[in-house]
Amino acid sequence: MTKKVTKAGSISRRRLLTTASAGAALAVSPFRINLLQAEEAPIKIGFPVPLTGPYGAEAQDQVRAGQLAIAQFNDAGGLNGRKAELVVRDDKLNPGEAATRTLELVEKEKVNFVVGSLSAAVQLAINNVTKERGVIFNSISQSDAINEAADFSKYTFHEALNPHMTSGAVGRYAFAKFGKKVAFLTADYAYGHEMVRGFLEVGKEFNIENLGDIRHPLGTTDFSTLLPRLQALKPDILCISNFGRDQQIALKQATDFGIKKSIQIIAPLLSHASRVAAGPQAFEGVVGGCSFYWGIEDEFASTKAFNDAFRKMYDGKLPTDYGALGYGGVRTALEAVKGAGSVETDKVVAALEALKYDYYKGPQYYRKCDHQSVQSVLVIKSKSKDMKNESDVFEVLSTEEPNEKYVRACEALGHKS
Amino acid sequence: MAGLSFDLIALQLFAGLALGAIYVLFAIGLSLIFGMLTVVNFAHGAFYMVGAYVGLYLISIGGNFWICLVAVPIAIGLFGLVVERVLIRPLYGRGIDYPLLLTFGLSYVMVECVRIAFGKTGYPFDTPEVLQGAVDIGVGYFPLYRLFVIAATAVVLLALWLFLEKTSFGLIIRAGARDPQIVRILGVDVSRVWLIVFGIGTAIAGFAGLLAAPLQGVIPEMGGTILAEAFVVTVVGGMGSIGGAVLAGLLVGVVVSMTSLFAPEMAKVSIFALMAIVLIVRPQGFFGRAGLMS
Repeated sequence: MTKKVTKAGSISRRRLLTTASAGAALAVSPFRINLLQAEEAPIKIGFPVPLTGPYGAEAQDQVRAGQLAIAQFNDAGGLNGRKAELVVRDDKLNPGEAATRTLELVEKEKVNFVVGSLSAAVQLAINNVTKERGVIFNSISQSDAINEAADFSKYTFHEALNPHMTSGAVGRYAFAKFGKKVAFLTADYAYGHEMVRGFLEVGKEFNIENLGDIRHPLGTTDFSTLLPRLQALKPDILCISNFGRDQQIALKQATDFGIKKSIQIIAPLLSHASRVAAGPQAFEGVVGGCSFYWGIEDEFASTKAFNDAFRKMYDGKLPTDYGALGYGGVRTALEAVKGAGSVETDKVVAALEALKYDYYKGPQYYRKCDHQSVQSVLVIKSKSKDMKNESDVFEVLSTEEPNEKYVRACEALGHKS
Repeated sequence: MAGLSFDLIALQLFAGLALGAIYVLFAIGLSLIFGMLTVVNFAHGAFYMVGAYVGLYLISIGGNFWICLVAVPIAIGLFGLVVERVLIRPLYGRGIDYPLLLTFGLSYVMVECVRIAFGKTGYPFDTPEVLQGAVDIGVGYFPLYRLFVIAATAVVLLALWLFLEKTSFGLIIRAGARDPQIVRILGVDVSRVWLIVFGIGTAIAGFAGLLAAPLQGVIPEMGGTILAEAFVVTVVGGMGSIGGAVLAGLLVGVVVSMTSLFAPEMAKVSIFALMAIVLIVRPQGFFGRAGLMS
């Protein structure tokens, strides 16, 4: 039992010291048993994310911001004194690894909820495990499939945007502005496929011409053999649907090949961490979408509060898009716990469904039929000059307000309306 | 997709050769070490990665890319000397799998150390200013920096060839590879020869890592992908044959490039398909000596 107290205290050194001294003082008192019981069962949130591999930069931000949500919950007294804890695992961007880690989190660590994942494909593997075992899973990365009846369960929530919403917002902005002839360079897995499908769907409204879709495997380090072909297609717009390191390298090499001279590059998502990792040159002038940018803090008090708390916890650093998702995913689960007054799965599901929240980016809510978080999409452009700080990397071009009309209809996903 | 033209095919061929040049540069170090020492250096990718990080560090403390071109291979070569002397030398004469397992483990240690020192997140590595942009090569625009990489590879190959074929030390190295015992009887310190060969091999790996950095940025895992591709190159070219590595590297680049043009999804698989075909027709690779692995 003493061992468990130390384990719960390992959240931070201060926490450990408080627990240890309190423990010493109470060791002889009759309250000892009660204290140990309260400390013994923290609310555990399993957090499988790809810490190593091509999406590592983004995943580390997810963890940082997730820890912030935990710290805020604990500082506010937890659930009647019961504290929360984040149990982080590296899923290595591999569905098999993610399923194993999630199973371990559920069976061995006995986590109350699972929040996490950073891949359209890997999150389905996690969801398979959690839905079978009746554990709430809040996914914090993009996927269309997770909304669909075949993969959905009442335990499945989706805090992130989905490709349909993202490509819709970016497509509506870009196709009206940059031209109708579009070529695609796409990561060959669920994320890329769903993004292209979304772009083509919104493209119908604009009569775009699809010049071709070149697909590359996840984790490609050289695009030099794909770029001449794309250039020869002479599109107005080159739409690059990949993520993390793939996006960094593709944009860098497209810049080297001089693609930007005559072609506007767009991306469904521009990742903040990738933009920082790849530098301003590679991303210069690229237009894309995102779920969150710290710069909207002038607009929303919740963003300002989130930014300030993050800055305080991490030496003045600002949160990124995927960081915000980590925060949102953990915070919604913990707020629902507070609302339900319990960690019982069914009560928390009901509390999540009832949430109308604004924790970091303006108003959001989980749609009843598929638990998709209905929220705004930002269309942004990468900056290369007049940057005020190292996080000042994007300019917000337009905002698509939260509206269910931008999300696929419940019936189309196979849900009963 | 329409739009196949002669220019595009020519440009694609050229892109393949440029890609091949990077494979060649990486694979000759691997091949040199295997050919002379029969050590399968699984840490080659890690040396390559460390080369990129050393370059990044030198630039951050005020150096420039041109200084790095000299300093990085020297630094990584010296590091290679230490690794050979301390870790690999005790394993000579114990069979091929001992150094293989050692270098495999070493690569994990090196990657983890870099993660601790520089973080797991990658860093940008800007192309040196004078080499930025694309130039017209007659059939289309091609990045100037990639042309520079081809030239740098050619220079390294030429220097290596001159060293091995035209210097007396090169003669000793070649003799040592063929029959170390006789060379030893003739009074040559073979262990010193092997030490230097390992140093040269790792120096070239570091140099390749530095050249790759402006193409794809710098990240601790960058050595992993290229190691798999470089093994294909050395196997196709013939384990231990430098000429084979050059030919196979260029061939792999062109095969990837041409597959990318017609069936981009197959590009990654095509490398391994090529290897399978070559191994069926000619198990020792293009210029490999049969029985070297046994």
